[in-house]
Amino acid sequence: MSRPMSNPRGPKMGRPTRKAKKGTFKRLIGYVTKYYKLPFILVLVCIGLSSLATALPGIFQNKVLTAAETGLGLVSEGNSAESALDAVLPDIISAVSVLICIYVLGLIASFVKTRTMAVITQGFLHKMRTVMFDKMQRLPIKYFDTHKHGDIMSYYTNDIDTLRQLVSQSLPQIITSCIILVTVLFIMLYFSLWMTLVVLFGVMLMLITSKKIGGGGAKYFVKQQKSLGKCEGYIEEMINGQKVVKVFNHEPKTKAEFNALNEQLCNDATTANKYANTLMPIINNLGHILYVLLVLTGTILYFFDVPNISISGQDLNIATIIPFLGMSKQFTNNVSQLSQQANAIIMGLAGADRIFELIDEPAEVDEGYVTLVNAKYGENGEITECEERTGMWAWKHPHASDGTVTYTKLTGDVRLNQVDFGYNEEKIVLHDISLYAEPGQKIAFVGATGAGKTTITNLINRFYDIADGKIRYDGININKIRKSDLRRSLGVVLQDVNLFTGTVMDNIRYGKLDATDEECIAAAKRANAHSFITMLPDGYNTVLTGNGSGLSQGQRQLISIARAAVADPPVMILDEATSSIDTRTEAIVSAGMDALMQGRTVFVIAHRLSTIKNSDVIMVLDKGRIIERGSHDDLIQQRGKYYQLYTGAFELE
Amino acid sequence: MIKNFKQLASYVGKYKIYAILTPIIVSLEVVMECLIPFFTADLITYVQQDYVVSDAILTKWFISFVEMIIPDKPLAVVGGYCILLVLMALCSLTFGAVAGITCSRASCGFAKNLRSELFDRTQSFSFENVDKFSTSSLVTRLTTDVTNVQQSFMMIIRTAIRSPLMFIFSIIMSIIRGGAMSLIFVVVIPILLFGLITIARKAMPIFKKVFKKYDALNESVQENVHGMRVVKSFVREEHESEKFEVASGNVANDFLKADKILAFNDPIMLFCMYAVMTFVCLFGSQAIVTGDIIIGEFSALLTYGMQILMSLMMLSMIFVMITMSTECAKRICEVLNEDTTIKNPENPVMKVENGDIDFKGVSFKYSQRAERFALSDVDLHIKSGQTVGVIGGTGSAKSTLVQLIPRLYDATVGQVLVGGVDVKDYDLVTLRDSVSMVLQKNVLFSGTIKDNLRWGNENATDEEMERVCKLACADEFIQSFPDKYDTYIEQGGTNVSGGQKQRLCIARALLKKPKILILDDSTSAVDTRTDAMIRRAFAEEIPDTTKIIIAQRISSVEDADIIVILDDGKIDGIGTHSELVQSNAIYKEIYESQTKGGKME
Repeated sequence: MSRPMSNPRGPKMGRPTRKAKKGTFKRLIGYVTKYYKLPFILVLVCIGLSSLATALPGIFQNKVLTAAETGLGLVSEGNSAESALDAVLPDIISAVSVLICIYVLGLIASFVKTRTMAVITQGFLHKMRTVMFDKMQRLPIKYFDTHKHGDIMSYYTNDIDTLRQLVSQSLPQIITSCIILVTVLFIMLYFSLWMTLVVLFGVMLMLITSKKIGGGGAKYFVKQQKSLGKCEGYIEEMINGQKVVKVFNHEPKTKAEFNALNEQLCNDATTANKYANTLMPIINNLGHILYVLLVLTGTILYFFDVPNISISGQDLNIATIIPFLGMSKQFTNNVSQLSQQANAIIMGLAGADRIFELIDEPAEVDEGYVTLVNAKYGENGEITECEERTGMWAWKHPHASDGTVTYTKLTGDVRLNQVDFGYNEEKIVLHDISLYAEPGQKIAFVGATGAGKTTITNLINRFYDIADGKIRYDGININKIRKSDLRRSLGVVLQDVNLFTGTVMDNIRYGKLDATDEECIAAAKRANAHSFITMLPDGYNTVLTGNGSGLSQGQRQLISIARAAVADPPVMILDEATSSIDTRTEAIVSAGMDALMQGRTVFVIAHRLSTIKNSDVIMVLDKGRIIERGSHDDLIQQRGKYYQLYTGAFELE
Repeated sequence: MIKNFKQLASYVGKYKIYAILTPIIVSLEVVMECLIPFFTADLITYVQQDYVVSDAILTKWFISFVEMIIPDKPLAVVGGYCILLVLMALCSLTFGAVAGITCSRASCGFAKNLRSELFDRTQSFSFENVDKFSTSSLVTRLTTDVTNVQQSFMMIIRTAIRSPLMFIFSIIMSIIRGGAMSLIFVVVIPILLFGLITIARKAMPIFKKVFKKYDALNESVQENVHGMRVVKSFVREEHESEKFEVASGNVANDFLKADKILAFNDPIMLFCMYAVMTFVCLFGSQAIVTGDIIIGEFSALLTYGMQILMSLMMLSMIFVMITMSTECAKRICEVLNEDTTIKNPENPVMKVENGDIDFKGVSFKYSQRAERFALSDVDLHIKSGQTVGVIGGTGSAKSTLVQLIPRLYDATVGQVLVGGVDVKDYDLVTLRDSVSMVLQKNVLFSGTIKDNLRWGNENATDEEMERVCKLACADEFIQSFPDKYDTYIEQGGTNVSGGQKQRLCIARALLKKPKILILDDSTSAVDTRTDAMIRRAFAEEIPDTTKIIIAQRISSVEDADIIVILDDGKIDGIGTHSELVQSNAIYKEIYESQTKGGKME
């Protein structure tokens, strides 16, 4: 019994199969042996032993049968059956005893092999998953922006699955089959060259047939996968858009459209499965024909006394033909095993290749050496580093030249100096951006989608690195600041809220892992999330799943604000953080936030002008350039773009 | 479990003939496959006994038959046997191949019927039904679950028939051929069966549990990928890695537990095989000498022995497959058996008189189990042709209120009337044709602008489309596109701006010529000037249509005939703008929050 598919609900999707790079196999074995050297060797030895136990018995069948024939010969010479039996019994018993020994050894080897293999496979997969995940955590945001999330996921599902198949089944199977094939081939040659040639001829025939049918099948399986994809895509689009379907009474039409797709899928699937389903019976019965051919050849050779060529020098007789029949079955079975595994190997190596690609992806580089530390004023008013949280932070700046360390108080002074940036070389999306955010200021960005608002914040927390210009944080070039410390000093609330599976409390605590329940609740109150959280079935202990799918968009935003609030960062970036909250609630939330951010720097991006009206500086962005800047009143007086927006004469997006 | 399979089996439909043919043809294949070693044994015996026809040969009739045609040529008999055997192998091959084809027809057709039925079901579902399953789970049920059930179905009609038949035939044959020697199977089979079943029963529950954990693990990866910005912003990379390592390690350990049980499989199987081999070798060879069996039978016994054990192996595999798919079958049946909560009445009213809307003591909750009502005690009376503004905070149930009108949901308590008739008495299509609703989550489908507009009215002429687009202030920007009304909209409408999408959705809704038009926060991305123009157009062009406008902006509802303030599922105030500014605290607060500082107009 083979183990069921590791994920019964996930069909093997038809990712394009491609040839694995050279060296992938070696590297894969390298990984396995790196963690499991001794077990791996043990498994190899066991595979060898158990394959021999499967392959060798032919010899003993022959011995036993030869003894029996001798016995029969004695009987026909006029001896009594008893005396004949007595004469050959020692031969039989000695042959069977050796046979039993081989079997016992084979059994033990097979047991040890499967157990050890289970340990290796699971451990190895666990290692690969963790290596992948660790690597993924260290990849730059750019990677996630340029790769489809579904594709990344498929490393963990499809590719790991094929890898499991490869390591736990295909590899051992191939080694087993190879050993058996070689051994059986020798034993067959040991008995008779002619008969062996017949077997080899039969095997050729099978290989050609399976290649023909298998090749045709593969083509239609790709087709089937395509129609399956289309069908599933349609189901998804329609079930997600069901309200619209209902509102427009469109059910009959969607049904008709679906039926067409469904019919196509059915046709393709039938053709593909036809190939797959007929392959096995055909190969199987070719085996039967081979069986008959062997009997025929054996008989003819025997009948005409054709001189036998064999390693053993034995003549051809019934005692040779019978084990031969068994061995021919073994031989063909293993050949068809190999041809079946070949596909799995190709797929498995392609999967391994993709996984290695992820592992080899360059990680986010960080040459920063300026770190963020808790600080307090020393006796003489100088800043000193301390362990406990004081609410005051300082940048610890070691100077390589003279070995001294200076401390700069973290104030939240952010300056951009003539910054240019593009997501790729050709297309510059930000031009000559200069801005000065003084500690305690609220800086707002306004502009159409794609004007570059979010991009600016991506540069401040170094999700992306600037092409030209300088960004200074408290006077320090942000390239010198260690990324983790830079980001820890910046709280970010994004429009697209991501909540994690876990309780509401866990999600708020994400902002500060050692926060007490009280701190979390206080943060929730500040974000005005407390009242709705207490109305949830289990209050703060309500478990959220599927990115908080049970909550409304606005409620999720409130939780994400609470999450940022508990982190209590010196600088905050609010990127459309309140876009789904009604204006009245928003007013309450922003009042709470303003109180929290008293004396700290805040960057706000908002669509709704009421959100940003009270900012110290408003920057109006257009096509990557700052076209207007000033306070609300200044800008209204300028009667420019902002004025048009504010009076509703101009539409954003 | 049996019940589920029975129910699913009824969807085989017109593919029944293939579903029945397959096992029959498979049986024929099995018969052939079992006869081949049977005849081979005779052939070997014939050769081994120096071409003498003895009693040990069970197919003497065949030899007589060959000798009748070509007398006294032993080789002719051998040749005759070979031809017969090859013919049988070819028959078996043909049967096998044909069964493969009928089987794929049956199983793919079955899957098609199942998907089609499931899709029809989901189309008839009310949102209460959909919410109960969740959309993602519905999609899984229609896709992966069906694929799995299809696989099992294929297994059942082919292999699940083949293996037991093979098992029975092989046993019979080995008794005929081997006599007392076949007793070894009496010993070995129970051991194997017991072993395999015990393993499956022990391992299956563990697997079921681990698969759930494994799914959860992958979901957590997905969350991590989606939330990467959050992870990086909070510098939680290490925290995430640690969490993942623990979870992944747990999954690996659980899998290992199950795998270790499964590791007994091979040795047990091998043990039985080896036992049969040893037994046959040891006693068979002696029996040959004593003349109890002949060499040909010895070989037949070995072949049948293998076949018996192989078929048992297959059976255990099928057992596992079927157990795995019962879960899928159950989930599919849940969808099939779900009764839609919103049904057409027996004698439906086929015409909506006018656009009057009345809520009489309406309370509503999303699920029977929910403790809190989303809407409570709503009494509201709207005259045909009136414009009604609805305003309220996040979660105040504005959308919920209007969704009761076209019966997307049914009121839990109380009555909703349209045109003086309870909505539950209308024919659903009639009702929904007269109530047009622009949803908060606008969905445009992949296709041209025209295709999308035609959702509102399939037979709409170009002039009609242009007219409604002008009403919705969409004509202007459509004309600016190079392909005008034939501009292709990407899936989800990603190539038009939010405001344009909203206006297209409004135009689409207008094409229905509804008696009631509901705009659920559907001008939020439209600038205030255009917003006002759209409302003016409504007032002038469709004065008889009742218009309900849900909005965040006070300016969108200011000039409505009545404004309804919702707060926490209850009506907090009803009145005109000027009344509410005076009397309603919430309204006043919203109004002030949006106009603070004064508008520069």
